Amino acid sequence: MSKGSPISPSLMATKSAGAPKAPERADRTADHAVVVADLAAASPVLGPNNVVPPTVMTGSQAIVRSLEELGVDDIFGLPGGAILPTYDPLMASSMNHVLVRHEQGAGHAAQGYAMVTGRVGVCIATSGPGATNLVTAIMDAHMDSVPLVAITGQVSSGVIGTDAFQEADIVGITMPITKHSFLVTDPNDIPHVMAEAFHLASTGRPGPVLVDVAKDAQVGQMTFSWPPRVDLPGYRPVTRGHNKQVREAAKLIAAASKPVLYVGGGVVKAHASAELLALAEATGAPVVTTLMAKGVFPDSHPQHVGMPGMHGTVSAVTALQQSDLLITLGARFDDRVTGVLKTFAPMAKVIHADIDPAEISKNRAADVPIVGSVKEIIPELTEAVRTQFEASGTPDLTTWWAFLNNLKETYPLGWTEPEDGLTAPQKVIERIGALTGPEGIYVAGVGQHQMWAAQFIKYERPHAWLNSGGAGTMGYAVPAAMGAKVGEPDRVVWAIDGDGCFQMTNQELATCAINNIPIKVAVINNSSLGMVRQWQTLFYEGRYSNTDLNTGHDTVRIPDFVKLGEAYGCASFRVEREEDIDATIQKALEINDRPVVIDFVVSPNSMVWPMVPAGVSNDQIQVARNMTPEWEEED
Amino acid sequence: MSRHTLSVLVEDKPGVLTRVASLFARRAFNINSLAVGPTEVPGISRMTVVVDADGDLIEQVTKQLNKLINVIKIVELTPESSVQRDHILVKVRADAATRLQVTQAADLFRASVVDVSTDSVVIEATGHPEKLTALLSVLEPFGIREIVQSGTLAVGRGSRSMSDRALRSA
Repeated sequence: MSKGSPISPSLMATKSAGAPKAPERADRTADHAVVVADLAAASPVLGPNNVVPPTVMTGSQAIVRSLEELGVDDIFGLPGGAILPTYDPLMASSMNHVLVRHEQGAGHAAQGYAMVTGRVGVCIATSGPGATNLVTAIMDAHMDSVPLVAITGQVSSGVIGTDAFQEADIVGITMPITKHSFLVTDPNDIPHVMAEAFHLASTGRPGPVLVDVAKDAQVGQMTFSWPPRVDLPGYRPVTRGHNKQVREAAKLIAAASKPVLYVGGGVVKAHASAELLALAEATGAPVVTTLMAKGVFPDSHPQHVGMPGMHGTVSAVTALQQSDLLITLGARFDDRVTGVLKTFAPMAKVIHADIDPAEISKNRAADVPIVGSVKEIIPELTEAVRTQFEASGTPDLTTWWAFLNNLKETYPLGWTEPEDGLTAPQKVIERIGALTGPEGIYVAGVGQHQMWAAQFIKYERPHAWLNSGGAGTMGYAVPAAMGAKVGEPDRVVWAIDGDGCFQMTNQELATCAINNIPIKVAVINNSSLGMVRQWQTLFYEGRYSNTDLNTGHDTVRIPDFVKLGEAYGCASFRVEREEDIDATIQKALEINDRPVVIDFVVSPNSMVWPMVPAGVSNDQIQVARNMTPEWEEED
Repeated sequence: MSRHTLSVLVEDKPGVLTRVASLFARRAFNINSLAVGPTEVPGISRMTVVVDADGDLIEQVTKQLNKLINVIKIVELTPESSVQRDHILVKVRADAATRLQVTQAADLFRASVVDVSTDSVVIEATGHPEKLTALLSVLEPFGIREIVQSGTLAVGRGSRSMSDRALRSA
């Protein structure tokens, strides 16, 4: 079946003579990632670029060795037939492999790892169903530009196309949702393909790259040397912004009376929060941070006016709507931010800086497009703005700020207590954030709890808030929190999950418990698919079609989340009374030898406000049901 | 919507045609025709893609194509600055009574007869799409049995070479 020469499994387990000492455990801070990025600028091959002279080994040994040379420390995966050869040398490697319980968990864990460390997340699965189980996570990483390398086994090249056992055309399946993909059938291609995959995943606009390796390429003999030659003639990401465009942008900023910094996830990916702060303070302009950018500009900063979009603050949504200049940095005019596009920010000129030229003028035409990394563009723009202000004067934003500050004071985020006597879910989330503090990491699933976690936890630093923004993947939280905890073991990591989301991926609690990855899971249990239920309340006359999950107050409680948590070896609690919230969170914060699951029983009737209903202009934002702000109020 | 001709240099890697075609499909861009083949540079293929799109959309098409890792370079070829040709094979009904008329029609378009049987001929023609449309309308009354047509091929006028410049900058 395989074309490679046979080799004894015992030989494969030992490393070849040229194997290096264990790579030094890399420092796991975000700053480290910047250093890595700088190194990568010099060489397209990630990692220390150790020189390895030609060494004969198998393809699977080459996969493991390439990962080591690329500086990988942690991998999430699950073996199977077609990837078995690679799992053998992996056993002898110094890299930490976390055995997940479902491949989707491996994918999201690698995402969470990448989001908190800035490094490439790595996941491995076998062919066929193993590979297709990664698809959701790959798509999620594609939507949110997460650097991810997914390695999959493939059936032997001789039987590709014959509908062999566990054969799936995963390269074809993932083509629309990867930045790039490779099918490797010759073991000699492994080192350069691995180096190219990591280069592609981590540079330019980051994204997922799939490496599908046929089984015969894993067992076949090859000659390994390092660093390999990276040959990507069609890949030349632009990082430096055009000087003239930057000066043009500065002129617009100097001339604007209602500017807004519209900041997206690209600024987080570029590790440019310090640069952003300098630009914000130089311009004096209000800052809105999108769902993907929470924390990249401190929530507590007086210039922060909130999160824009469907569930954004009145001040942030209105700032964009009334603005005469959007200074757009690493954001992409997503429909959840703009609402009906043609009514979005109708008076505004647009400066749009992004590393992906295809994002510029995709949804909203840019007056001043700047292609490049915001890490380089923002400091240049700050400099240009200072020069411009010296020449033409600092614009007077007093009226603009008076208007926005009035909105901030009049329409702060808040909630009304539920009338059913149950706890307000917002309160639980607010207390988790308050008691854990800004140094914690918060990972949300998708739905109401996600929006409340974005609204009621105060984010002061980047890489502290993880969620599935573009894809909206229910089930993201537990495995992504697991990956985040592996990447940042010294931080408190909370998965803030819904009772619906939690039931999609909670099997990874086993992975957490067994591998000593003590995450904390707060199940915001409103006994329903809450966001869908909210839409049914608002737009379907309260007909709750298939949204009741029977997990909460006054139900059969299937499953019982406390018993479930205990079954998985987690410390498990249920909180049904408001007075127990703080004490239970404190108790969870003190437990560090195993994961914690808290079943917070909350009201199913709480809704996420403010809200811009789908299909209407952002001007029609509602602060509560059928309540729009009073625009003409006297101040 | 106007018609645009894009010349796309790509790495000759497995799946590259699928990557280009599926990009058009998933972004809801309309392909009018697509022709692909090797170039003078080993390992590099050239695609000629004719797209129906207005100005903003063609910019998106180009940018999205450029994001494909295997795409090396894209040039839009305007009708004025390029030579554009389609190739067609037409099987036309032609018996002893009409064969002469059919072959004369072909001659007028500088098309050639490449196969003859008792009741049909196959005519081969190369030219600008408008010329081929005219040929077809002349042949139509005789009875067209089959049409096989290539995508448009296009090359810029003058001595400059697209792959030369692309590979130097790469």
